Amino acid sequence: MTTTWFRPVLAVMLRYFYLLRGTPARWMPVFAWVAIDIVLWGFISKYLNSVAAAGLNFVPMLLGAVLLFDFFTRVMHGVAGVFLEDVWSRSFLNLFASPLTIPQYLLGLVVTSTATSLIGLMVMLVLATAIFGLSFFVYGLTLGPFLLILFLFGVSLGICTSAMVLRLGPSAEWLVWPVPAVISPFAGVFYPIAILPHWMQFVAKLVPVSYVFEGLRKIISGGTVPATSLLLGGGLAVIYVLLACWFFQRVFRHSVRTGILARYSAESLS
Amino acid sequence: MTCVLSIKDLRKAYGDKIAVDRISFEVSRGEIVGLLGPNGAGKTTTISMILGVLQPDSGSIQVDGMDLAACRAPALGHTNFAAVYAPLPGNLTVRQNLRFFGLLYGVQGLSERIAALIGQFDLEKFRNVKCGVLSSGEQTRVALAKAMLNQPRLLLLDEPTASLDPVAAREIRARIRQFAVSGAGGVLWTTHNMIEVQDVCDRVLFLSHGRIMLEGNPKTLPQEHGQPTLEELFIAVAREPLTLEPT
Repeated sequence: MTTTWFRPVLAVMLRYFYLLRGTPARWMPVFAWVAIDIVLWGFISKYLNSVAAAGLNFVPMLLGAVLLFDFFTRVMHGVAGVFLEDVWSRSFLNLFASPLTIPQYLLGLVVTSTATSLIGLMVMLVLATAIFGLSFFVYGLTLGPFLLILFLFGVSLGICTSAMVLRLGPSAEWLVWPVPAVISPFAGVFYPIAILPHWMQFVAKLVPVSYVFEGLRKIISGGTVPATSLLLGGGLAVIYVLLACWFFQRVFRHSVRTGILARYSAESLS
Repeated sequence: MTCVLSIKDLRKAYGDKIAVDRISFEVSRGEIVGLLGPNGAGKTTTISMILGVLQPDSGSIQVDGMDLAACRAPALGHTNFAAVYAPLPGNLTVRQNLRFFGLLYGVQGLSERIAALIGQFDLEKFRNVKCGVLSSGEQTRVALAKAMLNQPRLLLLDEPTASLDPVAAREIRARIRQFAVSGAGGVLWTTHNMIEVQDVCDRVLFLSHGRIMLEGNPKTLPQEHGQPTLEELFIAVAREPLTLEPT
């Protein structure tokens, strides 16, 4: 793999940079919504601290969880959002009639999303620390694996939903945005998985980010996160990324075979 | 002459409808081949297959000696195209679009190449203008500049002068003629403008119902088939394709 191989990846990134630079509205999802979430949940956490028994601190538990879930959402929407730019600008013919390969395209989506998600994460960290006194030292070194699991699962869902839009047509865009909300009951962002009904607990065990939020609560309550739990969450996330890439490649091949790609805007479901 | 495009027994069907029916043809370096036919004849389907965005049911496509199915990226790296139904992203400026596609095609010395194309296609005053606000004729010129970015061996043009005024169309024809004459590559050109075809194309293929019905020199073909003009021949092929034997 030479530097030439990365030029199309750079092209996908550069295109989104041009769009960000040219349209202030595109900065809104990068940091505005996550900033609003942090402010909202920051005040909710402060209020709960004032009415709860002394010694209970909701800031690292609630606000920290919201921050991490927002990071996951931002990564997922980031990947799908860069893909949707090609849907909105009807670029598929020009794009896929070029030497761009699917691995290069997907890597371009992921790297672009990584850059924008890190900006969002920085904004959230600054706000949560400066206004609400959230200290990330509370989570210790485990924060690294937490972020990695959230990132990988976000990437996998971003690629997977992009494949669905490629398969079903531009109007399937609405499938992309609510996915984090659908995942959240099983992720245990605000409550332990143990309070869920049995079938939901089973699903939660298959959701990598549930291991992050279970671990987060363990740390806050003074415990430690078992390495096996992190490995399980990370392993699942890696598997989902691989499956999502395979799924996208398969949908792309189907689209080329059936003519969906050549007649994409017609939304034919061949 | 070196063959830049070789198509053998290419077939594509959508369900029961056969869009392209076992066609075979070649395009050589330095040659401009016109792909003619009525609406729905299979021209765009053929071009989509050559561009790798549509998989043939059977047959093979070789671009500059490379099998498209086996060497997709390298083969597409030697190809480029401009088509009225494939506009460049309207939310990027002319320069941004050329840089984006230049990187996709791995163009070396990209800044110099972009500057040269902006000059060649008279796009200097639009370089920082978003493509979406350009007139259709200006957009066509940008699309052609993009199509020339990688100095392709095979250039596919689907009605490239459809939205240009006569002066601009003549300039574009001259430029593409120059591209072919320089021996840089071959051109496959679809259009409904028969005067343009006679002016530019070295050879034409008449496509109807997914089959090549006629092939030959556009200047002599009408007389060979008892028609006064190429346009009359086109109409005859479009109306009664079955009276003509496929080549």
